[in-house]
Amino acid sequence: MATTTLPPSPQKVNRIGLEVGAYKGNKTTLCAGCGHNAITERIIEAFYEMGVEPWRVAKLSGIGCSSKSPAYFLRSAHGFNAVHGRMPSVATGAMLANQTLIPIGVSGDGDTASIGIGQFVHLMRRNLPIIYIIEDNGCYGLTKGQFSATADLGSMLKNGVVNDLPAIDTCALAVLLGATYVARSFSGDKKQLLTLLQGAIAHRGTVMLDVISPCVTFNDHEGSTKSYAYVKENEEVLEDVTFVPFFEDISVDYDPGTTTDIVLHDGSHMLLKKLEQTYDPTNKVEALRVLTEAHQKNEVLTGLFYVDTTRKNFLELLNTVDEPLATLPLERVRPSQAALDEVMEELR
Amino acid sequence: MATTHVAVGNSETSGPQQTVVNDLSIQVATVNGSGSQSSNLVLLRAVFQMGIPVSGKNLFPSNIAGLPTWFTIRASKDGWIARRKEVDFLVAMNPETAEEDVRGLHSGTPVVYDEKLDLKRLRDDLIFYPVPFDKLVAPVCPDAKLRKLVRNMIYVGVVARLLNIDMQEIEKALRKQFKKKVKAADLNFNAVKAGFDYAENRLEKADRFRLERMDSTAGKILIEGNAAAALGCMFAGVTVVTWYPITPSSSLCETLITYMRRYRMDPVTKKATFAIVQAEDELAAIGMVLGAGWAGARSMTSTAGPGISLMAEFVGLGYYAEVPGVIFDIQRVGPSTGLPTRTAQGDILSTAMLSHGDTQHPLLFPCSVEECYTMAIEAFDLAEELQTPVFVMSDLDLGMNTWMSDPFPYPEKPINRGKVLGADDLQRLGGFLRYKDVDGDGVGYRTLPGTPHPAAGYFARGSGHDERAIYSEKPDVYANNMNRLARKFETARKLVPGPVIEESNGAEIGILAYGTTHWAVIETLDQLKKGEGIEAGYCRVRAYPFGDGVADFVGRHQRVYVVEQNRDGQLCDLLRLTLDPEQATKLRSVRHYDGLPVDARSVTDAIIRQEG
Repeated sequence: MATTTLPPSPQKVNRIGLEVGAYKGNKTTLCAGCGHNAITERIIEAFYEMGVEPWRVAKLSGIGCSSKSPAYFLRSAHGFNAVHGRMPSVATGAMLANQTLIPIGVSGDGDTASIGIGQFVHLMRRNLPIIYIIEDNGCYGLTKGQFSATADLGSMLKNGVVNDLPAIDTCALAVLLGATYVARSFSGDKKQLLTLLQGAIAHRGTVMLDVISPCVTFNDHEGSTKSYAYVKENEEVLEDVTFVPFFEDISVDYDPGTTTDIVLHDGSHMLLKKLEQTYDPTNKVEALRVLTEAHQKNEVLTGLFYVDTTRKNFLELLNTVDEPLATLPLERVRPSQAALDEVMEELR
Repeated sequence: MATTHVAVGNSETSGPQQTVVNDLSIQVATVNGSGSQSSNLVLLRAVFQMGIPVSGKNLFPSNIAGLPTWFTIRASKDGWIARRKEVDFLVAMNPETAEEDVRGLHSGTPVVYDEKLDLKRLRDDLIFYPVPFDKLVAPVCPDAKLRKLVRNMIYVGVVARLLNIDMQEIEKALRKQFKKKVKAADLNFNAVKAGFDYAENRLEKADRFRLERMDSTAGKILIEGNAAAALGCMFAGVTVVTWYPITPSSSLCETLITYMRRYRMDPVTKKATFAIVQAEDELAAIGMVLGAGWAGARSMTSTAGPGISLMAEFVGLGYYAEVPGVIFDIQRVGPSTGLPTRTAQGDILSTAMLSHGDTQHPLLFPCSVEECYTMAIEAFDLAEELQTPVFVMSDLDLGMNTWMSDPFPYPEKPINRGKVLGADDLQRLGGFLRYKDVDGDGVGYRTLPGTPHPAAGYFARGSGHDERAIYSEKPDVYANNMNRLARKFETARKLVPGPVIEESNGAEIGILAYGTTHWAVIETLDQLKKGEGIEAGYCRVRAYPFGDGVADFVGRHQRVYVVEQNRDGQLCDLLRLTLDPEQATKLRSVRHYDGLPVDARSVTDAIIRQEG
């Protein structure tokens, strides 16, 4: 024990004066080493770094291990744990009520690609502003390790059962259906995941972020294609991503021959530096090509596959007033006596 | 399938000499998709404009074009507007059903029909009015493609002439029907005139029915229940509407879209003060309702039985997470294809307890188009006061048929948004416990997402949570929460609309009904009194949970007939679950479940039978 008392060191704060503690949540109840916990940490960092007021965020989830995790970040934000596979509709409703919210939906591969595939595809095609994260471990954790629909063909369970159906590629689906920011990452890749999350916060449209997140209890063995070892061995990174937030006064200096600069909705920049091949992240066909080729080569391809900052989001299409509909005063939501009289007269 | 019944033991065949004024039921049998709905509504509206109480019921198939459809128009000087079992006047336009339609009539019934169907050969005890529709339509409608549609306007003219419906009223009704389409209105009115002239010159009036002007509809309106409910939602201040098309509910949201575009666009920005979304299915529709309700919007959806079933899981979550939302159930017959275009009160029990793990929901039972409007407004207040999903149990008969009504009243009260804490409240209080029963009524205080205060947030989830909304599996925490929700349902009992009771002093028997069954029951009360000398009290239940007034009514009578439109006596069962055992044994069940709106005669006969 120290015998002298040191003055407390000044706590680090973000651009709105909040400490990182303001972005934390309850203690996790997931298994030690679960990939989901690493994703939670990156979510905390991303919102902290971006300086988002926690009360602006709405946290949504379905059912499963993944869907518990919104309790572990942004304690002071509102959260809604919906029913299995149907978080997208709850998120949609919340955004219809209050379009000023920043919604983050956390789902799993079972919650999204099986029971929730119907709501998932319709969320993607609406391009609702939301950060939709799949914490993807290829299995059902809470019910003890059954295959999910993102398990790769030939992947093996702990008990030796081999998956004989092809995986649903949620990124390819999202690109096809109309999501406007589609990426895949790995819970173990701190820098890439944080960067993609910061970009997600800067984007105003449907962000679909599939994060391979190994299940240490049921799907981290040899024969699994969602284990830490397998992903580390087989990960191919599409491009090197750098995020420059709108509030940082840094002149963006890059070589247009090797780097693509994407200006996101809030004015932030995402710099995508080409690695081995030339790649245009605004081209849907290219995105589907690289995803298909990665499957053929048994690679876990990560990176930002597709981004479109021009398509209108669902709320813009609805042409609602700028204020949240939820709290419009009576005089704006109840027409006048004269309006009722007019209708009654027409019905006489 | 015939929709008519032979009236057993009916002796009302006294011949044409006794004129019957303003008391008849006209049945029009046509082919679906032939434009007959316009013709029938013109007839209905013209009778209404003559000041005669009138009702119309469209008995239609699940089909766009080609299958048989019937429309009944009842004119009643006494104001009875339930469906009448007997057909007093038939218009037989459908070759497929004409023979069966005619065979079902009682002796002496007049029949207007297409000459080429040669219905005369079937019976010699009816009054036949053959009309050569094809010959009449050709000169007034040169475009052969339109003739199928215009042809049905000819019977409007024939019926107008035979029954003495004022042609000026017909023209007014027709021009209202076609709104700004002047050419179409002219074309159709010429067809009406051709029918009228033919009847005037070639048909000899031989039946006893006649319509004469009255003054019983002055100031009244004609509207469908779904449109009335839509108006109620708009004046309730609904902001988020999510729906999935399903008969017979679709017209509610479709009409709402029309009204909202007209009256709910911001005058300055020209932007919408509402969001209406056609969801991918009912699972999503209710999910959006709950998401919006949680975020503070007045949100609603409209559906029918199959949609209610799909919503079950989410509604249970709404009950436990305590999220407001309004769900309209326009009840119809059966699952899957069932009889999607026929009416029933078949979702009462399943909706009252929809979902799993101890759930109960407030249900409102509108009986009239006016109540579709007023109860829509009440439903939104109740949902937010009680922080729970609230159901408005309409039905196909009410929702899709045209009813007359007094004009709707402008809401007297401002809207009640319930217990919501803002940032200022949180600043003053220092924080809050989402599920704590502060006021003893079982209803906690909530905050909305986006409230700018660090203490505003909470985590909405299913049943397993403590007062702070934190997940808990502790037995006493769980049981306490369940008990509080039971207290909340007691609060609901006090807040929902109470029964409407018409006492009959000293009557041994009582009749209890709800929703559209009301219209048959009030006629039954008259039939019992005048025909059998039986006096009965009447209790119209307007909501579940049942208020004390319902139990007291049962207590005051020796036998209580619960009349409803389902096979299993669903509301009767719900009452048995609720009442004291000695009261529950007084209940007797009268059920109507053939897909057609219930009629008074059937109810009266069933009661007389049980009275023995």
